[in-house]
Amino acid sequence: MQSHLLSISDLSKEEAFQILDTAEELRKISDGPMKKLPTLRGRTVVNLFYEDSTRTRISFESAAKRLSADVINFSAKGSSVSKGESLKDTAQTLQAIGADAVIIRHGASGAAQRLADSGWISASVINAGDGTHEHPTQALLDAFTIRSHFPDFAADFTGLRVAIVGDILHSRVARSNVLLLAKMGASVTLVAPPTLVPVGAEKWPVKISYDLDSILPDIDVVMMLRVQQERMTNFFFPSAREYSRAFGLTNSRLALLQPKTIVMHPGPMNRGLEISAESADSTKSVVLEQVANGVLVRMAVLYTLLGGLPLNAGTERKS
Amino acid sequence: MKILVKNAQLVNGTKTDVLIVDEKIAAIEIGTQDSADLILDVNGALLLPGLVDLHTHLREPGREDSETVLSGSRSAVAGGYTALSAMANTTPVADTAGVVEQVFRLGQEAGLCDVFPIGAVTQDLAGLQLAEIGAMAESIAKVRIFSDDGKCVYDPLVMRRALEYVKSFDGIIAQHAQEPRLTESAQMNEGYVSSLLGLTGWPAIAEEAIIARDILLAEHVKSRLHICHLTTAGGVELVRWAKSRGVQVTAEVTPHHLLLTDEAVIGYDPVFKVNPPLRTNDDVMALRAGLADGTIDIVATDHAPHPTEDKESEWQSAAFGMIGLETALSVVVKSMIETGLMSWSDLVDRMSIAPARIAGYADHGQSIAVGNVANLIVVDPDATWRVDRMMTVSKSKNTPFHGMTLPARIRHTIFRGKLVLNDGEVVGESNA
Repeated sequence: MQSHLLSISDLSKEEAFQILDTAEELRKISDGPMKKLPTLRGRTVVNLFYEDSTRTRISFESAAKRLSADVINFSAKGSSVSKGESLKDTAQTLQAIGADAVIIRHGASGAAQRLADSGWISASVINAGDGTHEHPTQALLDAFTIRSHFPDFAADFTGLRVAIVGDILHSRVARSNVLLLAKMGASVTLVAPPTLVPVGAEKWPVKISYDLDSILPDIDVVMMLRVQQERMTNFFFPSAREYSRAFGLTNSRLALLQPKTIVMHPGPMNRGLEISAESADSTKSVVLEQVANGVLVRMAVLYTLLGGLPLNAGTERKS
Repeated sequence: MKILVKNAQLVNGTKTDVLIVDEKIAAIEIGTQDSADLILDVNGALLLPGLVDLHTHLREPGREDSETVLSGSRSAVAGGYTALSAMANTTPVADTAGVVEQVFRLGQEAGLCDVFPIGAVTQDLAGLQLAEIGAMAESIAKVRIFSDDGKCVYDPLVMRRALEYVKSFDGIIAQHAQEPRLTESAQMNEGYVSSLLGLTGWPAIAEEAIIARDILLAEHVKSRLHICHLTTAGGVELVRWAKSRGVQVTAEVTPHHLLLTDEAVIGYDPVFKVNPPLRTNDDVMALRAGLADGTIDIVATDHAPHPTEDKESEWQSAAFGMIGLETALSVVVKSMIETGLMSWSDLVDRMSIAPARIAGYADHGQSIAVGNVANLIVVDPDATWRVDRMMTVSKSKNTPFHGMTLPARIRHTIFRGKLVLNDGEVVGESNA
């Protein structure tokens, strides 16, 4: 595996499963007495966040700290970035202070790749969400969560049926999940109003449906996407209520799901819009597991990219 | 001044010597003369009329950090051009006689090629009020082409009036066809690649809708319409249909749209960011077919220089545009001649004769004949060269062809009887 994680397309199927297996090992270790591993001691990880995202930032921060890395949070707000400093200058500054990994969240699609390919920086670059392009660690933590609920598919997702519902057009979570789930063998159906399906998605490895009710009874996983408020001003759908009626996971739709089906959401949720409170809080909902798994999967990604000490180094010393 | 070009091959295959005396071609025959001030033995290389560009961004006045009339003229002669058409989107905009006269005069001072200013259609390119088109037409620059390029003349009434207004002096409106509402925040061609990259799409129909409308307007008011940088298969069909109806429409294609596709955007290198965007392979094939059969009349560079900092950023904040004067001929040879779609004679038509005819540049695009003005280039058709962005003559380095090996090399450029490019080196600047 290369030293960056920019897109799910950077990963082979084997590498993707390897990351999930590593996360599984880390879960076992985390359940033990020694929560913090010395693996990345002396390494510097920078959280470079050009967009507000407290959840993703603290998830990465927590993952890095549990591997004993030094963490620097660099928020674009209130920094030189908001005064017009270019991505290049920021990158070279991080290079000068000796960053080993840069976790970047940016509003522009391709910003992470730009950082990795430009030659401005030698650190590993991890894409924590770039515009409407990708959010690969979210897809990995989603796959990890799915796997923990469907042990029959632990080594291969072939036969697993996943529906991704909502604003596909603007969703980096959807793009990464489509690529990863297809790579792992799952059959994926996108459900959205036609206005929120990108032109070109007909060539993606998915089925596309505009009818949520017909899809829900025959799936294992339903993944709801957040609907941004600003979509309502650009004619993507007539009103929040109409969207919710047609594409929300309402209480009546929750009843259509099979007993084993799980409900996922990358957060933050718009309760009452794309998901009802009862659906979000139901026993089918794994939203909080996703958050917890996020830390494990991001630990696994950092461990894999930065090539730290063997996983059991800390526990060995203890024993 | 007498220049003797020895052992040249004309586009019809004739091998001959050509004698140039002062501005004009004085003799065309083998052994015509042994004494001249300068003898260029070109060893069987092609002697062609100088190329003519109808779409060049020279950036002066306003953005002299990226290009000037002088540096753009140097870039032009390095690419075999003896006439340029300077687009109006400078700062200030070329929407008055004063600005077009300034650009015209700067071109004459540079003295390397003819620089013909294009005037804006509307004041400040805002699309609301016609610019003083008549004043620009009557100025010393004698402007005949008007364009808001960079922006579409979107209001159909403004476009209609502009088309009508220029009829009195046989002017032409060159339209940047881009429906603004369908292209808000657009970053690249809308299609499979944009769906993967998560970049806002610039759909082909946003170009085609304006082309269709303007063809109908031009037909209705019987005016001359020129379509800038056509990029889509559908646009080629529309122009073909219009010509079959006798509408006075002409169209151009850029070298980059003949060679590159939207797959170049994968990797997010903003050097491939251009407006209109790189399209699909199907579009490229349709553009090539359209240029070969004459539906598309000419190749125009849309040479768009930008300083490094405007391209050295994340994709969505980078500037649109790429330079093209120095690579145009080679890219057309690669995409049209090496593919067997066109002959060298066709290339001369599309890059010299037809653009000069459309614009009315009398001393350009002429056959190589005794008495004609000596705007000539010598091309080695068998040479290949590797494009290096650090070696551009242009002030800017934003070439999308960096690292590519291209066929055909410009050896010499002769502008009005004066050698301005000698074996690849720009020479003879008036104020150098």
